Amino acid sequence: MTPPASPSTGIRFENIDKRYGGLYALRQVSLEISAGECVALAGRNGSGKTTLLRIAARLVRPSAGSLTFPSTHQSGEPGRLQSGFVAHATMVYDELTAEENLTLFARLQGTTEVQTRVDTLLRDVGLSDRRSSLVRTFSRGMRQRVAIARALLQEPSVLLLDEPATGLDPHGAAWLAGTLRRLCDAGCTILMSVHGESEISSLATRGIRLDSGRVVADTKAGASLQSILTFADA
Amino acid sequence: MSLLSNTSALLGKELRTEFRSRELLTTTVVFILMVIVLFSFTFDPSSAESRRFGPGLLWLAFLFAASLMLQPCFLREQTNDTLSALRLSVEDPFAIFLAKLIANTLFLLLTEFLLLPIFSVLYNVPVLPVLGWLIFVLFLGSLGVSIAGTALSAISAQARVRELLLPLLLLLLLTPVLVASTEVTKALLDPSPYVEWKGIGFLAVFDLVFLTALWLFGEYLLEE
Repeated sequence: MTPPASPSTGIRFENIDKRYGGLYALRQVSLEISAGECVALAGRNGSGKTTLLRIAARLVRPSAGSLTFPSTHQSGEPGRLQSGFVAHATMVYDELTAEENLTLFARLQGTTEVQTRVDTLLRDVGLSDRRSSLVRTFSRGMRQRVAIARALLQEPSVLLLDEPATGLDPHGAAWLAGTLRRLCDAGCTILMSVHGESEISSLATRGIRLDSGRVVADTKAGASLQSILTFADA
Repeated sequence: MSLLSNTSALLGKELRTEFRSRELLTTTVVFILMVIVLFSFTFDPSSAESRRFGPGLLWLAFLFAASLMLQPCFLREQTNDTLSALRLSVEDPFAIFLAKLIANTLFLLLTEFLLLPIFSVLYNVPVLPVLGWLIFVLFLGSLGVSIAGTALSAISAQARVRELLLPLLLLLLLTPVLVASTEVTKALLDPSPYVEWKGIGFLAVFDLVFLTALWLFGEYLLEE
């Protein structure tokens, strides 16, 4: 896995509100995530984790507040292309093969040396031998691997992951943890939603717990971080 | 440059997925065939009646078929949230619309070309002498249907009553296209064929206006 090509970028949420009709998904969320930080988002279902991640991915416009990306370089806000996003849904086409999916998104994102990048990622996610199979014939875990490969196509400087271990077997989860560790070491900023303690959540150097759209706990690594991750699912 | 390369990549995806599943083409061809055959058997129109009512019937059938074809256009991007993946991947969201409307126009034209000979035989209306002009009108009309339909498909895909909304909006918005296309086709199928320039001009302007509107405001149609 190669280090991010883009300069390290943080994420700053300032007084973010998100309303769906009369219902608040997020209320007055202010967070500063430094470049290169690996942050775990915890909270019960409906606490606002997915909404926060989709706002960070700029797929959802906040009802109020602002989102900025302080950069270690002068290039300022990264384009959408510099952030990788793994959502609940796989975000890949069932009627295309694993290779066709990755090639399509690589071409759309203007990746250089598309074939080399696609080959590397297929090998990294362990799908080289199934590259020509339609995604609809894959198990949930294999689809998740394609989804993760898609998010890594552009060697993102910001990686947003919504329960990334969904469907992965222990071997897959260990592979993902290893990949995320390498990306963290390379300076990639990671914001991920997790449920409970796991190999992946143990990578986090900071934990944030949301409840009813509000930040109710924010702590750095240590015993308190583990308590945030476990308490959320209690 | 990125608009063109993105559009070409997305168009390739649209064509590949459709020719793999043949979901849209099969549905529309069967639907139009049924309408044309059933109408012919029910009313058994004479050649003169066919020239009078045939063009309207033909375009009405195309329009209903288009509403079937356009329904899944954005709906199937929701299955795995692939629309979000596309929004994250393209610089200009207009590329998503452009690829889809080109694909829809091609599918619609393919359906029309398959069914035109059957219409000609069943209704005893010779189309060969005016084939060039007819293809031009089919292109202009189908492009108008696809441009407006692709935009409405993006809107209706996010609505609660999406199955009802698209046909209703489509028929309402495309009534002028239906009337103009029918008039131009009727003039071409006349025993003394002539070119209805007013209708052709209207279709061209309609296509241009809606394509510009889609280019300017398309991004907002894709927002959650």
